Amino acid sequence: MRSVTGKESKFDAFVDKLKKESPIHIAKRMDAPKWLPIVIRIAAVIVAFLVCAIVTVFFEPTAFGTFFTEMFRGTFGTERRVINLFWEAAILLLIALAVTPAFKMKFWNIGAEGQVLMGALMSATCIFYLGGKVSEGGLIVLCLLASVVGSAGWTLIPALFKAKWNTNETLFTLMLNYIATALISLVITVWVKSGSGVVGIMPYGHLPKLGGQDYVLNILIVAFVTVLVWVYLKFSKHGYELSVVGESINTAKYIGISVPKVIIRTMIFSGALCGVAGWLLVNGASYTISTTIAGGRGFTAILISWLAHFDPIIMAITSFLVAFMGRGAAQVSTIANIGGSFEDIATSIFFFIIIASEFFVNYKVKFSFSHSKKKVEGETTENTSEDDSSDAEMMSDTSQTTDSEAQTNEIFDESVPELQTCQSSEDRTCDVSTQNKEVTE
Amino acid sequence: MFWTFLTSTIKFSTLFLYGSVGETITEKSGHLNLGIPGIMCLGAIGGCYGVRSYIDSLGSLSQMSGFAVVLVGMICAFLFAALGGMIFSFFTVTLRCNQNITGLTITTFGVALNSLMLSKIDKTGFYEAGRLFSKGIVDANTTDGLVKVLFSQSALVYIAIAIAIITAIVIKRTRVGLNLRAVGENPATADAAGISVGKYRYLATLIGSGIAGFGGLFFIMDYLTGNIEYGIDTYGWLAVALVIFTIWKPNWAILGSIIFAALYRAPSYLNIGFTEREVIKMLPYIVTVLVLIITSIFGRKSVQPPAALGTTYFREER
Repeated sequence: MRSVTGKESKFDAFVDKLKKESPIHIAKRMDAPKWLPIVIRIAAVIVAFLVCAIVTVFFEPTAFGTFFTEMFRGTFGTERRVINLFWEAAILLLIALAVTPAFKMKFWNIGAEGQVLMGALMSATCIFYLGGKVSEGGLIVLCLLASVVGSAGWTLIPALFKAKWNTNETLFTLMLNYIATALISLVITVWVKSGSGVVGIMPYGHLPKLGGQDYVLNILIVAFVTVLVWVYLKFSKHGYELSVVGESINTAKYIGISVPKVIIRTMIFSGALCGVAGWLLVNGASYTISTTIAGGRGFTAILISWLAHFDPIIMAITSFLVAFMGRGAAQVSTIANIGGSFEDIATSIFFFIIIASEFFVNYKVKFSFSHSKKKVEGETTENTSEDDSSDAEMMSDTSQTTDSEAQTNEIFDESVPELQTCQSSEDRTCDVSTQNKEVTE
Repeated sequence: MFWTFLTSTIKFSTLFLYGSVGETITEKSGHLNLGIPGIMCLGAIGGCYGVRSYIDSLGSLSQMSGFAVVLVGMICAFLFAALGGMIFSFFTVTLRCNQNITGLTITTFGVALNSLMLSKIDKTGFYEAGRLFSKGIVDANTTDGLVKVLFSQSALVYIAIAIAIITAIVIKRTRVGLNLRAVGENPATADAAGISVGKYRYLATLIGSGIAGFGGLFFIMDYLTGNIEYGIDTYGWLAVALVIFTIWKPNWAILGSIIFAALYRAPSYLNIGFTEREVIKMLPYIVTVLVLIITSIFGRKSVQPPAALGTTYFREER
């Protein structure tokens, strides 16, 4: 259109000004090939490991050579370590799966930590009061029920307020984390009269050890839950409804989905899974209760769920990588004598890079150096030919703003051939009037 | 006894005040920065390294000047914390990442870096520096009554209150504050009105984080007089809670932080058991939740969170 009018309209001048402001243009990826996100993510993981190795050197100059070997020795060195690694990945995956339905619904639940803690607390309560009085198998089932109910109930509180009064769920669930933590310290002070704040290992309610190894049964349970969640999200009516609510609340209302009902139902499901995680942590791993039993996994799991785009399979891979990073970095830190919290630093650097890579998955960045040249062309030539116009369009592809404008051009060009006759700079009104005339004819 | 309690409460409240004023500025721009605990830790690291290099540059500890050590500490704390805010803004504005996950990652990073770096730093002279930080106009041990409460506080306490009041005025009364609120309420409209959303969000997050960083410096150098064994993250989350408790008003945060600090300090002044202590520790979070619920049920527009809080703005997205 720019070419046929001969003069630049005000709109074009505005677009040019926009383009002049920044040579970097960011546009949403619309038709990226399927392999591209995978390649970007794999590259990001590799970069993340390299950066962590470099950061290690910053703390301990000799550590670079041993970094990768120690990473693998810390995670795959012995059978024990391999099982530990898989258990760590499994529990992260379980909590990530638990928060996923809520996230898919765009319910920003960051209270997974507190929900897991509540599940753990309920399970520990059962063991504390019923341990030895009922049969071991019955106790384990009771613990599971109590955990699920407790955690689901805890999750229900913010869900109800969100559904009824649209209370900000991010802040609400964040606060509930610390209330849950405080609740556990409170219960511990009731149980342990000495004030030491430590509940020792409780002798009841231990999950059976498959093949004589800890955690094997836990990992199998998580694998089962993973399949369950995958089916729930992908094939069930509930899963469909919650993704509709997440995409657009108005659409959901229009097609007759009761939004409060979906919010509450999904959050109960989410809470129940957190309860299972709490139960596994108490009955299958630590056999005790403390405020640090979830150990920040509730937060890490949120990152995992988000970065995997709520896909259970990618979530499993991400959990495994995070567990590998954490365990491996802990080993590196021990060998190189760096310090206790180095694995957290490594994990957060890992996350930073993966989060940043999401940008390149979702958006394309183009650097346009051509617009200054185009500007000159526009000034020198009064009436540019048809060829030049397509040229200009190709160049303007670099920016999203002009992208859409170019599309408009195409539409106009196809539908209104009379456009060519409009010579005034206010051709837009002219187009419309010609078009209208055509329609009436 | 009461005056001592009040004095120490006001002193302790400063930690929350810095954190919550910083977070309020950030949240007013629509950024829910859950990295505040980590950023306060970064401020503490920066402050400690600043003080360390200042002490190293002197011949002997007796040459240390109170003004200089506080100034160096504050500048370094601000820069380090603002760096954390810079990372946050870069991820959320430039790279359009999700704010919650970026914030949580910064918290993990900051807290871990804090415990690692501060276990490595050389602590000689930190006690003396801490004494200079916590020095008031009058000596707290010899005075009593209102004079003690008002005049025995350290410089960072007064600066915190001044920052809170200035922030409140800027947000409420100035053009910049109006634009900032517009960006936080409805970035698309603000953008259409010619306000640069990205610029406001960047600056608000940088300044807010820097102010929160003073909280970290205050906690280590002033409150603990240079004893760097304790973490800040729990208090950081209380600062986030305080923002909600004071319904996004920095001038109210002065009072709110004193209430939180009083709840936190009360157990050591009252003769009560462990269980009751835990109940009192839980109270700040419970009242915050109650405030959140009550404002959402009855709230007018003025007591709601900024409407665009936690959302990433991308002009071409509809």
